[in-house]
Amino acid sequence: MAKRIGIEVSLAVSEAVKLADVDVIAAYPITPQTHIVEHLSELVADGELDAEFIPVESEHSAMSTCCGSAAAGARTFTATSSQGLALMLEICYIAPALRLPIVMAVANRSLSAPISIWNDHSDLMASRDTGWIQTVAENGQEAFDLILHAFRVAEDHRVLLPVIVNMDGFTLTHVIEPIEILSQEEVARYLPPYSARMRLDTAKPVTMGPVGVPEVYTEAKKAQDEALKAARPVILEAWEEFGKHFGRYYKPVETYCTEGAETLLITMGSIGETAMSAVDAMRSQGKKVGLVRLRLWRPFPFTEFLEAVKGVKYLAVVDRALGLNGAGGPLATEIKAALYDEEERPYIWNYVAGLAGRDVTVENFVEMADGVEAAAADNLKSDYTIINVRE
Amino acid sequence: MSSATEQLKKFKTFSPKKLPLEEPLAPGHRACQGCGEVLALRQVMKALGNEVIVVSATGCMEIISSAYPQSAWRVPWLHVAFENAAAVASGVESAYKVMVRKGKIPKKKVTFLAIAGDGGTADIGLQSLSGALERGHDFIYVCLDNEAYMNTGIQRSSSTPYGAMTTTSPPGKKSIGQHTWKKNMAAIAAAHDIPYVATASPAYYVDLMNKVKKASLIEGPAYLHIFSPCPTGWRCAPHDSIQTARLVVQTRIFPLYEVIEGRWKLSRKISKPKPVSKYLKLQQRFRHLTEKDIAFIQARVDKEYEELLARCGLQEGKEVPGKIGT
Repeated sequence: MAKRIGIEVSLAVSEAVKLADVDVIAAYPITPQTHIVEHLSELVADGELDAEFIPVESEHSAMSTCCGSAAAGARTFTATSSQGLALMLEICYIAPALRLPIVMAVANRSLSAPISIWNDHSDLMASRDTGWIQTVAENGQEAFDLILHAFRVAEDHRVLLPVIVNMDGFTLTHVIEPIEILSQEEVARYLPPYSARMRLDTAKPVTMGPVGVPEVYTEAKKAQDEALKAARPVILEAWEEFGKHFGRYYKPVETYCTEGAETLLITMGSIGETAMSAVDAMRSQGKKVGLVRLRLWRPFPFTEFLEAVKGVKYLAVVDRALGLNGAGGPLATEIKAALYDEEERPYIWNYVAGLAGRDVTVENFVEMADGVEAAAADNLKSDYTIINVRE
Repeated sequence: MSSATEQLKKFKTFSPKKLPLEEPLAPGHRACQGCGEVLALRQVMKALGNEVIVVSATGCMEIISSAYPQSAWRVPWLHVAFENAAAVASGVESAYKVMVRKGKIPKKKVTFLAIAGDGGTADIGLQSLSGALERGHDFIYVCLDNEAYMNTGIQRSSSTPYGAMTTTSPPGKKSIGQHTWKKNMAAIAAAHDIPYVATASPAYYVDLMNKVKKASLIEGPAYLHIFSPCPTGWRCAPHDSIQTARLVVQTRIFPLYEVIEGRWKLSRKISKPKPVSKYLKLQQRFRHLTEKDIAFIQARVDKEYEELLARCGLQEGKEVPGKIGT
């Protein structure tokens, strides 16, 4: 039976990995991911989880080890953050191209320089086009649930792609929340044992990761692109099944108070909860403001997103990473691209907020919702603002 | 776990007349004429047989054997990237261990082999290799040392010998070519206190195959450093490949030895060494060297050989216990 307990989110994530009966864990410490692998090492040391815990010498080797493990047919997990994800990045491109269903928790954190251990989405954005399926948790329960969802999606023979579960570092990973921890029997009913479609087996030799000559590279990439797009219905199906089993229904795009809204705040991750409080406050004053939160980041949920913002006048898109490209944040550029073909496009102002753990308050969200309307009224060309900058 | 010495009691030597017929590395591949590396790799694979899973680093052997849709591999083979063969092999080996323990796959003896060139081993892959050796995975790591980045076009590595010309260590008015001494990778591996380390040359193929087989019998990490002539990069005649691989041993430049559980053992004592000039002059990459340069190299080779003899508990002029191939 499921048990609702007060637990640190990192530890809950480790418990989800244990319930998935993972075979191989590659572990390298990096703040604020450390509590996840620390707890897993305890579970393995105490015999509560029968897995190979490999304390590798770098994140680059963590992802490399995961590739070897998944290619051999084992259920595989690792976790990282920030610079660690940056160091892994070379191999992060290879895992999905080899169709290796690894699951990775990323405790989101800013990237150097200046060095900072605090939360934003710089690392998430650095890895966005590597070909991994990516989900983003808003709270501890979601982080726990998304890990189980990730294994189910990654290992589905219609998918066979790695999955990143993003969770905000510290603001989520180090918070103690009441979380419903599912039982082993319940998880076993939702998550079938991993059976590799193809694995390194001397009884049936295969060559994995061959040279792609110019005659085949393009075709290989097209196949990979199609595989990522084809994962979308399976991702939705796995959420639907999750709801049927455990009563918590998840969608790629979450909406809050969007009925009749003229202005929508767009967020990803844990600031969505603060944004909800801001929406409540503004609605109580009669402002027509709502919230749209992305839970699925890759593949980008075009259909659901366009549906969620249909008919609204203004979007205040809140990025937690600065795209150093002169065009603002990566989330906003993505959303502008998604809306390009729409006949009626909302006016967009992009806000870059909460870099490296800087607080994003209810007042900030109110300021942003008001700001986008004011900018539109002044006929300003759609642009971006970094908020809370001391100047 | 029994000691490596005890595990080697099961060891039976190969004999030249009774070599295995299996060719896990198929005859079709795209290596250059006279490639010493692919000959060495063929010998490695013949020694291991078919119950082996190969992890290959990026490099010549990966390129020449796996251009899709063809593959020269008759055994399971995986390539991920350049600097991580040891880490990838760690994952494969660990996966097998846990899946057998959990009853997910049948138990059988499978050898895990990681292969990389000298760049992928002594330079960019050194960290990944060191990590895997330290963690004690049960696998064999083979460095096929052709003494430069040959796959990208003859750039120097830390395994390029002193005085050699490469495209990034060209000799000139102010340079002798490669101006650092070849990194002693086998000694670095041995310093990890792993059960088995050996050097080998494809010219001494029975010795090479015996060492590979020993490595597969021993539980835990084993490291083999194999001298792999590259006629293209060394500017020597393709038909001189094996001759070069023999001369490098006969001149004491690349001595053949084993380190079993920390005990150093010379595989073949070269009592009457040939002068290093005989080896150097076969290759155009050394043609700019003066007599003085060669004398310098000779002196250092002599000194290093003395040091190796001391490590093996031998002195000049004494007989070596055992002979090549044991």
